[in-house]
Amino acid sequence: MENKSALLVGVGGQGAILTAKVLVTGLMRAGYDVKMSEVHGMSQRGGSVSTQVHWGTKVYSPVIGLGAADIIVAFEKMEAVRYANYLKPDGVAIINDYEMASSTIAAGMEKYPEGCLEAMQKHFKVYPLNAEKIASELGNVKCANIVLFGSMVKALNMTDIDWDAVISDVVPAKFRELNLKAYHAGFDAV
Amino acid sequence: MDPVLLSGNEAIARGAFEAGVKVCSAYPGTPSTEIFENLPQYKDALYCEWAPNEKVAVEVAYGASIAGVRSLSAMKHVGVNVAADPLFTAAYNGVCGGFVIVSADDPSMHSSQNEQDNRHYARAAKVAMVEPSDSQECLDFLKEAYEISEKFDMPVIYRITTRVAHSKSLVRFGERTEREVPAYKRNMKYVSSPANAYKNHAKVEQNLKALEAYANTSKLNREEINGSEIGVVTASIAYEYAKDAFPEGTSFLKLGLTNPLPMDLIRAFAKKVKKLYVVEELDPFMEEQIKAAGIECIGKELIGNLYELNPQILKERLFGIKPEMVDVGVKPVSRPPALCPGCPHRGFFYTVGRHKNYVVAGDIGCYTLGFAPPLNALDSVVCMGGGFTVAMGMAKAFEASGQTDKKVFGVVGDSTFFHSGMTGAAEIIYNKGAVIPVVLDNSITGMTGHQDNPGSGFTLEGEIAEKLKIEDILASYGYKNIIIVDPQDLKAMEAAVTEAANSEVPAAIITRRPCLLIKRIKHDIGKCEVDTDKCIGCKKCLSVGCPSVMVENKKAKIDVTTCVGCTVCAQVCPMGAITRKEK
Repeated sequence: MENKSALLVGVGGQGAILTAKVLVTGLMRAGYDVKMSEVHGMSQRGGSVSTQVHWGTKVYSPVIGLGAADIIVAFEKMEAVRYANYLKPDGVAIINDYEMASSTIAAGMEKYPEGCLEAMQKHFKVYPLNAEKIASELGNVKCANIVLFGSMVKALNMTDIDWDAVISDVVPAKFRELNLKAYHAGFDAV
Repeated sequence: MDPVLLSGNEAIARGAFEAGVKVCSAYPGTPSTEIFENLPQYKDALYCEWAPNEKVAVEVAYGASIAGVRSLSAMKHVGVNVAADPLFTAAYNGVCGGFVIVSADDPSMHSSQNEQDNRHYARAAKVAMVEPSDSQECLDFLKEAYEISEKFDMPVIYRITTRVAHSKSLVRFGERTEREVPAYKRNMKYVSSPANAYKNHAKVEQNLKALEAYANTSKLNREEINGSEIGVVTASIAYEYAKDAFPEGTSFLKLGLTNPLPMDLIRAFAKKVKKLYVVEELDPFMEEQIKAAGIECIGKELIGNLYELNPQILKERLFGIKPEMVDVGVKPVSRPPALCPGCPHRGFFYTVGRHKNYVVAGDIGCYTLGFAPPLNALDSVVCMGGGFTVAMGMAKAFEASGQTDKKVFGVVGDSTFFHSGMTGAAEIIYNKGAVIPVVLDNSITGMTGHQDNPGSGFTLEGEIAEKLKIEDILASYGYKNIIIVDPQDLKAMEAAVTEAANSEVPAAIITRRPCLLIKRIKHDIGKCEVDTDKCIGCKKCLSVGCPSVMVENKKAKIDVTTCVGCTVCAQVCPMGAITRKEK
C-alpha cells in the first residue's frame, strides 16, 4: 500500500495525543511501520496543536507538508480550517462541530470566523459530528477525543484492526468502558 | 522482543542505560526535557538529577567523567550557551569516562527564543558531534558516541532537533553493558592551567585529525548507492525528509558523525554521482565545508536557511514541484498560547499591567506569556535570568537619563531564580539598582512540563529534599523588605507592588501559589458563574486574559469545563456579577 498520513489538530489539552496513541498502537499491531510527531512546550498552553501519524510499509519523514495528509481529524472546527491546506484535495476530514474561542477572541479583539464547517464541506469529503455532545451523553465530556477516533476508523475503513482491544490496553482501566462506548458511538455517528 | 514506539528522547534515555552510563545531570528545556524524565526508571543502574542550570549540569557530568564513569548531560540549544564555558575547557582537558552532551535544537522555534544551529558549537569547541535521525539511531548512536568519546579523549555533542526528539518511531532494545571503572588516579590533564592548556590544544588538534580518519570508516556514516545521477549528502532529520522528497534512483551519503566531517568519504561519494546535493536544516554547516574542500554541490541557494524543512518544501524548492492544496476561503484567527485558567501568574501581570509607569523585564517560562494581550505587561524577555539583570540595566539608564517617573520590576520564576536569577539579585542589591526583583514562585518548573527544582522539595529520582527558601536567600543578600503575597488576591497584589515601589529599603516580592497542574498538590476546585441579571456587559472581566472567560450575547460567560474557580475575573467585576460556586 501507499503510505498514509493523518493529521490530528485541535487546541492544547483536548486529548489529541491520547487519540494518536490509540491509533499508532493499532497500526503497530497490524504490522505497519509507524512514525508520529507531536509538539510539546509552549504551544500546549491553549495554543493550536497538531499531531501527525504516518504509516505504511516503510516510513521516513515523521512530518508532512502542504497538500499531503489523507485525513484530518479536527477536534475544533476553526482548527480544521487552519490546517485545511495540509489536506490532499481528495482527502477527508472528521470535524468536531465544536467551537473554542481563542484568547484573542475571548478578549474581544477578534471574532470567531463564520462558516468553518460549511467551507470545509464545500471542498472536501467531511464527516461532521458533535463529539462533545455525544461524550456528555455518555457521561464524561473528556472522552470526546475517542468519539472522534471512532469516526476516523469508519471514515478510513480501518475495521480490520481490533480497536476494542487496542483501546482497552491504551486507556486507564477505570475509563475503559467509557472509552469503548465512546469509540462505538463515534463509529456510528458518521 | 517486539519493537516499541519511542520518541527520540525516550530512546536516548534507553541508550544511556544500555551504554552503561552512571551519572546524568541536566536542566529541563524543550525539546530535550523527556530524556531526563525517562531516566529515573533506570535509577538502580545510574544516578540522575535536575541541576539548577545547564552549566552546573555539564560540570557535574564532566566531573563524573574525570572520576572515570560514563556521564550524560542534556539541554535545549540555548542551554548550551549557558554551559559553553565548561564545554570548551572539557574539550581541551579530555575525558576519562565517556562524556556526552545532548544539544536539542529547535528549528522553527516551536518553544524557543531563537533557532541557533548548535552544530557550530562542535566546530568551535573542537569536539566530536553525532547526529541521529530517528529513534532507533537515538539509542544505537549514543552507545557509539561513548566509544568515540573515550577513544578520542573528548566530549561528544549529541545533536538532535525537535523532530528527532519528539517524533516517535519503532525501536528495538539491547542490553546494558557495564563498563569497568578504572581506579581513580590524579591526572594533571584535568587542571586547565595556562601551561597545560597550551599543551592540550595541540593534543586536541591531533585527536580531531585521528577522529576525521575514523569518521571516513565509521559505521555512523553510510552510503546508499541507488544510481549515478543524483547524490545527496545529508544528516539528522533532513535525511528522512530527503528520502521522501528525492526521486527513486537517488544515492545518499547519510552522515551520523558530522564533526569532523568525513571529507574523504564525501569526496569519493561525490565522484560516484553526476549531481551532488547537500540537504541540511538551518545553516550551511556541511555545505560550506564541502565547498571549501573543492567539491561542487547544490544546497542553500535553493533550500534556504530558515525554519524546519519537510519533504514538500524540499520538492518545491529543489524541483519546483508545487503542492496540490485547497484554499477553503475562511481565515482562522490566531490562537496564541495563553496563561492557563487559574494560572497564579495572571494576578501579578494584571496588577503591574495597570500601572503605566511600571517597566517590567520578564524572563523565560510560562510567565513569558505575560506579554500577550490583554495583559500587555512585559517590556522585554531575553534569556534565563535576564529578568533581573536586564531590569538593572534599564533602571540605570533611566537614572542616567533623568527618566525618574519609571518604576522598574525584574521578573523571574522560581526555577529561573535558582538557574541564574540569584546572581542578578546579588547584582541589583550590591550595585544599588532601583529595581524590584519579583520571583513568581509557582513551586515548579512549569513550561517544560513540571520538573522539580531546588525550591520544590523533590529530586528527579523522587526523593524528598530540603527546600531552598527564596525569601531566606534574598534576606541573606540584604533585601530588607521581602513581601510574600498570594497573586490571586488582587487587593493584596496591588498593595504589594505599591509598597515595594515606594519602599525606603531594598524590597523584593515573592508571589507564591503553586501551579494548578502540579499533580501531587490537591487543588480545591470550584467554578465561577456569571449572574446575567447583574452583568452589564462592560467586559472588564476580559481584561484578565483568561481563556475561560468570554462574552456572549453582550454578557460575560464562563466556560465551566475549563474554569477552575480562581476568582480573578470575579475580583475585577464592578457589579459583583461573578461568584464562585463551591464544589
